[in-house]
Amino acid sequence: MSTQQQKQPDEPETQEAPTDQEMKAEASPQQKRLQRKREQQSAREASADEGELEGETVHLKVFRYDPEVADKQEPRFDDFHVPFEKGMTVLDAVMYARDHFDSSLTFRHSCRQAVCGSDAFFVNGKQRLGCKTQISELSQPVRVEPLPHQEVVKDLVVDMDHFYEQMHAVEPYFQSEDLPQGELEEQRQSRENREKIKMSSRCIWCGACMSSCNIAAGDNQYLGPAAINKAYKFAMDDREEDEIKEHRLRILEQEHGVWRCQTQFSCTEVCPKDIPLTEHIQELKREAVKKNLKFW
Amino acid sequence: MYEHDVIVVGAGGAGLRAAVAAHEAGADVAMVTKLHPVRSHTGAAEGGINAALREGDDWELHAYDTMKGSDYLGDAPAVETLAKDAPEETINLEHWGMPFSREEDGTVSQRPFGGLSFPRTTYAGAETGHHLLHTMYEQVVKRGIEVYDEWFVTQLAVTDEPDPNDRTCHGVVAYDVQTGKIEGFKARKGVVLATGGPGQAFDHTTNAVSCTGDGQAMAYRAGAPLEDMEFIQFHPTSLPSTGVLISEGVRGEGGILYNNEGERFMFEYGYANNSGELASRDVVARAELTEVNEGRGVKDEYVHLDMRHLGEERIMDRLENILHLAEDFEGVDGLVEPMPVKPGQHYAMGGIETDENGATCIDGLYAAGECACVSVHGGNRLGGNALPELIVFGKRAGYHAAGGDLGEAEIETGYADDVEDDDTDLPITPGEAGIEPEGVAADGSGQVADAKGTLERAVEAERERVDHLLEKDDGVQHSEIRSKLQQAMTDYVNVFRTEEGVKKALKIIRECRQEYQDVYVDDPSRTFNTDLQHTIETRNLIDVAETIALGALVRDEFRGAHWRKEHQERKDDEWLKHTLISWDRGKPSVWYRPVILEGEEKTYEPKVRSY
Ligand SMILES: Cc1cc2nc3c(=O)[nH]c(=O)nc-3n(C[C@H](O)[C@H](O)[C@H](O)COP(=O)(O)OP(=O)(O)OC[C@H]3O[C@@H](n4cnc5c(N)ncnc54)[C@H](O)[C@@H]3O)c2cc1C
Ligand code: SF4
Ligand code: FES
Repeated sequence: MSTQQQKQPDEPETQEAPTDQEMKAEASPQQKRLQRKREQQSAREASADEGELEGETVHLKVFRYDPEVADKQEPRFDDFHVPFEKGMTVLDAVMYARDHFDSSLTFRHSCRQAVCGSDAFFVNGKQRLGCKTQISELSQPVRVEPLPHQEVVKDLVVDMDHFYEQMHAVEPYFQSEDLPQGELEEQRQSRENREKIKMSSRCIWCGACMSSCNIAAGDNQYLGPAAINKAYKFAMDDREEDEIKEHRLRILEQEHGVWRCQTQFSCTEVCPKDIPLTEHIQELKREAVKKNLKFW
Repeated sequence: MYEHDVIVVGAGGAGLRAAVAAHEAGADVAMVTKLHPVRSHTGAAEGGINAALREGDDWELHAYDTMKGSDYLGDAPAVETLAKDAPEETINLEHWGMPFSREEDGTVSQRPFGGLSFPRTTYAGAETGHHLLHTMYEQVVKRGIEVYDEWFVTQLAVTDEPDPNDRTCHGVVAYDVQTGKIEGFKARKGVVLATGGPGQAFDHTTNAVSCTGDGQAMAYRAGAPLEDMEFIQFHPTSLPSTGVLISEGVRGEGGILYNNEGERFMFEYGYANNSGELASRDVVARAELTEVNEGRGVKDEYVHLDMRHLGEERIMDRLENILHLAEDFEGVDGLVEPMPVKPGQHYAMGGIETDENGATCIDGLYAAGECACVSVHGGNRLGGNALPELIVFGKRAGYHAAGGDLGEAEIETGYADDVEDDDTDLPITPGEAGIEPEGVAADGSGQVADAKGTLERAVEAERERVDHLLEKDDGVQHSEIRSKLQQAMTDYVNVFRTEEGVKKALKIIRECRQEYQDVYVDDPSRTFNTDLQHTIETRNLIDVAETIALGALVRDEFRGAHWRKEHQERKDDEWLKHTLISWDRGKPSVWYRPVILEGEEKTYEPKVRSY
């Protein structure tokens, strides 16, 4: 039951990948994001003044496929026209389509607030969270497809098993041996160290990054950006001892680990949590070199 | 059929903690969950975990604040257990690597929260729940605990003795969302329900779409009473358009509420002369709605929450997530303008009646987390008290289900001869339009069956029910019923309640129940049929909504989050008791059990709650 969607994401907007040096000097990912948001906001306000979209309908083109239902076995796009409301997100729009036009329209969703990671779709050619994407920011018709490079289970639902396997492959759990004696005594961590791992700890397992990565698409064994980022979180946490860090780096520098990354930045580009994935992968490469681990 | 010692249903904070505890007690554990664990709603929690960790604070103060916050409807043995165990459990999370925010000296940070006499809310930015959920899932992965994810539990396999106190739970029936296969899960030792809250019974809620009260409805139908369901917390600061929550952490850090005239109304109008914005949630939610009702709301709908004066640095450090939420879901930049907020359904204080060991009156059936009511929150939950509940009582339930010994419980469960029955005239006969296929509900009407027979019979009944729903090709769709139900609850069983309104709600719920008799599923597929899943969830919502409204009708006083127009006082003489609603002895009924105010060393004397 596979209808592999082989579509590639649009070319990323930033063609020239910034060098590490530049990235350091620049604003933090959070600040960049705020900046971007403010620009979008003023653009939105400008268009709202012209009354754009208000009182209109949104044209959705939604990917449909069900291996079991005769007339859906052949993948197709369905058109839905949904009344627009201010603040409407892609998730709101597909929910409306489902509840009012076709209750068999299938997709994952739950929190509606960008924390559960279940509604990553391919919207107008880019991996995005449905609940975090304002309709007003998109050109119409809005194409909603399942994440590329993953097997489609039905409509917008993809099989996440491979993603989970890769996440599990990096031993994604804290492994310090050096716990304080007292039950009520914490293992201290400096603010700086917490700050260092903060962004990496925000991953919501949405799978957008993996789906946008050309290398992952070509190499099924590549750990992929999300799993490497998960490992980064532990490897950079000072509370884990050196031996464990080394063990982690060994997992990461294996054939299908960090060295596969060709710094294309597509993962960083799509991550809804603004995690600087490419930067993290680069940093782990440097660490591996520093530790003198053999490049396979 | 699958078989394990302990089956944990639900993989949010409570479920994960229960699974780890059962595993540590030596049991073979499996988790069955309709969402992948990291998608659970615990991930949305923002503000923090209360635990008395620091000098100047101690568990007794925490217990005292919690009793006061509960408006004296918490049971002292549960409240004291929470306060005593929270520090160790919180530090345990830290030992599992949870990335808490840190002080200069590297210890975990704490901040003030509403209703607390000490800043004891331990946090990880404004995304505490996300980190807690992921940290605990990591521990489940580490231990190799089996997880059946995207398996939707639809029914408990409970024997059929007439008295629920004599019944035993042998497992659950679940259906594999990906393939549509319906299977039995046999539990050799116990089933722990950790299915979260019923927020979707309301139209405007901070809760995820998956929060449909499944565990509560299933336990209720199997005979376990639901306790204090009328107590629904409305969080004062949710975004008006979506219900997305703006953490209490904003007020904890010094955020200020203003009405449309720019007045700081919490003080100006005397709602809480001492604590202001940091009064308990019920107090602030009522204050906001009063402002709106009296014409001082913004756009007649909401009030403003301002955090600009905290400065960009502090906001970025502690509340960054809030900025993103306000931008993404309301298009407001919290650094340059105030955020619009209004009360939204947030938390169910009530739930499946359990004792402090997580046990229900049905043998082998346990519950923990938001779906349960061990009664730590009573009439009103303090912010930051749900997450410690998950880990403290999740752990106890898991350990106990695995056969671990926690000693005799002080809290009683189940209907007994010495409890008090209710004699309110109800506008409807609750639940009468029975929607159970014959012989399925453990309502004492069928045959007493052995373990295997009970499970097989339950699986059979579920298969029949699902076949029926899929084969029926005309009727009503669940989405219609669901939105009608949500609207009725929001209109009539909201922050402010009147007798007439609640009665109206009950009538509409009854209509929903009748319409549900004719429900059908349009999508014929067995593959990932969310239409079918939502249809089954809708039935659960009807059952749960009915108990909420019933509880709201019978409790004719004003306590905690439960405000009644005709009854503007707390009636301690009459109402220091829990409302229990059970679907047993052949019909649903309402009865009461006294609150336990005696703690280990002292008795908590009800006092006027002033903030
Ligand atoms: C937005 C928000 C912010 C909050 N912030 C805080 C805070 O700062 N501090 C605090 O103390 N509390 C907070 N709370 C409250 C607290 O987060 C919740 O009460 C708590 O997380 C509930 O956890 P749980 O484990 O009981 O349920 P959930 O995390 O909701 O998990 C329920 C689990 O059950 C599963 N499930 C449900 N039904 C079925 C079924 N039929 N079959 C199989 N599986 C099923 C789901 O898949 C899920 O895994 C907040 C709540 C919300 C909504
Ligand atoms: S790293 Fe970002 S894009 Fe990748 S799974 Fe995590 S949240 Fe999603
Ligand atoms: S619905 Fe949870 S991330 Fe979008």
